[in-house]
This record gives sequence, structure tokens and C-alpha cells, in this order.
Amino acid sequence: MVSLVAIEWEGMDWQGQKLVEQLMQILLVSFAVVAFITGYVLGSFQIMLLVYAGGVVFTALVTIPNWPVYNRHPLSWLDPSEAEKHPKPQITNPSTKKKAAKK
Amino acid sequence: MHSFGYRANALLTLAITILAFMCGIASLSDNFNYPAPTAQVQVLNINWFQKKPDGDDEISLTLNISADLQSLFTWNTKQVFVFLAAEYETPKNALNQISLWDGIIPSKEHAKFLIHTTNKYRFVDQGSNLRGKDFNLTLHWHVMPKTGKMSANKLVMTGYRLPETYR
Repeated sequence: MVSLVAIEWEGMDWQGQKLVEQLMQILLVSFAVVAFITGYVLGSFQIMLLVYAGGVVFTALVTIPNWPVYNRHPLSWLDPSEAEKHPKPQITNPSTKKKAAKK
Repeated sequence: MHSFGYRANALLTLAITILAFMCGIASLSDNFNYPAPTAQVQVLNINWFQKKPDGDDEISLTLNISADLQSLFTWNTKQVFVFLAAEYETPKNALNQISLWDGIIPSKEHAKFLIHTTNKYRFVDQGSNLRGKDFNLTLHWHVMPKTGKMSANKLVMTGYRLPETYR
């Protein structure tokens, strides 16, 4: 049981996940707008694609790795020793209870 | 958004969806371009004009083709295919189109040209109707965009009257 506690939670905390999703959307849309305007003004489809590709790579670096910024609100689980003091209430099966009552 | 794979998947999906939208808008932006191409064709010489053994008329022409198709090119244009057709009417066919010359224009820099050439493809009639025939020279072009729908248009130019006799 003690060894289980040592396993670290590898995912992001909830607020980090919310932040990363918003960041991903905002960054991608902004880069798309900038890329389109740049390409249109310079008259080059290729420049639009390159600017956008750069933006996607940048967004990937910002949002895909689990940066420490996204883990500033860790979940505080109940301490195991505290949990053992208050065991889960046992669910009594109503059907067996009925049978017992009949007997 | 809880795991590496989930975030990578979300990013890829959103990035490609947005790219599709950008391509769509790029295609729509072509509607703001009003092309005004110009072209002239001169028939310089009739090299020969004869009836083939199977009875069909064939003619060889020397042409001077000059065109300015630069206005067809926008930032979303990949290339333009252009061909010169002789068009005329015969009792059998309401419209005969014979391609005399064609070319692929890869960029705006190559869209203004002057070409001196004999007809690239054989000018053969389906029958023997070419003596004294009036035909129109029409420059057709097909614009191939990088994204979006292909479009085609044409410019009808001054025609030419073929001689009454073989030579």
C-alpha cells in the first residue's frame, strides 16, 4: 500500500489542462491570422505556409510538454494514514438483507 | 488535455482544421482579382494547304502569338494552361475546335510572351471544308490555383480566311 503512494501523478493538474487548451486555441488562431495576412500582403502562398508551420511548431513546444507552469495547483489528496482511520462504509446489499429477514 | 498524446492529438487536429480554413479563404480571395488579359495572333504565312489522300483537308500555318496573361496570376495561382484554337463551323459540326498551339505558364514572370511558331499540332479538318473557310482564332486558358476550383476562360480574336485553292 505504501509503494502505491510513491507513484507520482504524471498528468497536469486541472487548471493546467484548462490553461493549455485555451493557450493552444489562441496561439493557433493568432498564428493563422498572422500567416494569412503576411502571405496575402507579400503575395506568396509559400510564406503563409511557412509562417503557419512555424506557429504550429511553436505552439507544440509550448503546449505539448508538461511544463511546470501547468502544475502550480497540485491536487491535495487525503493522507493514507488519515484515510485508514476513517474506513469506507460497507455497502450492505438490500437483497441479502431481505432474505435474512424472511428467515 | 491530461496526457502528452492527448495534447499532441488535439494540436494536430486543430492545426489541420485551421489550415483547411486558411486554404478556403485563400481560394475566396481570388474573387477580388479581375483579370484583363490581352492577346494578338497573326497568321504570317500559309506554308502549305492540301487534301490528304484520305480526303481530309490539312493546312500548315506560321503564327505570331503575343499575349499578356499576367493579370491571371494571383498569390493562389499555381500555373496557367493556355492553348490557341482555330474554331469554325461546317455543315457536319456546329463547332470545330482545332488546337494549334499550347503551353503551360508556370509563373507570372513568364505570362507575357511573344512566340513565332508553326502550328504545333496538325490542322486537319474532318472532311474537305477548309477552302475559303473563315475561322476564328481563340485563346483559351485554364487557371490552376494552389487551392480551390480550376477556372477557364477564353478570348476570341480576329479570324482568318483560308485561300480558295490548295497550294
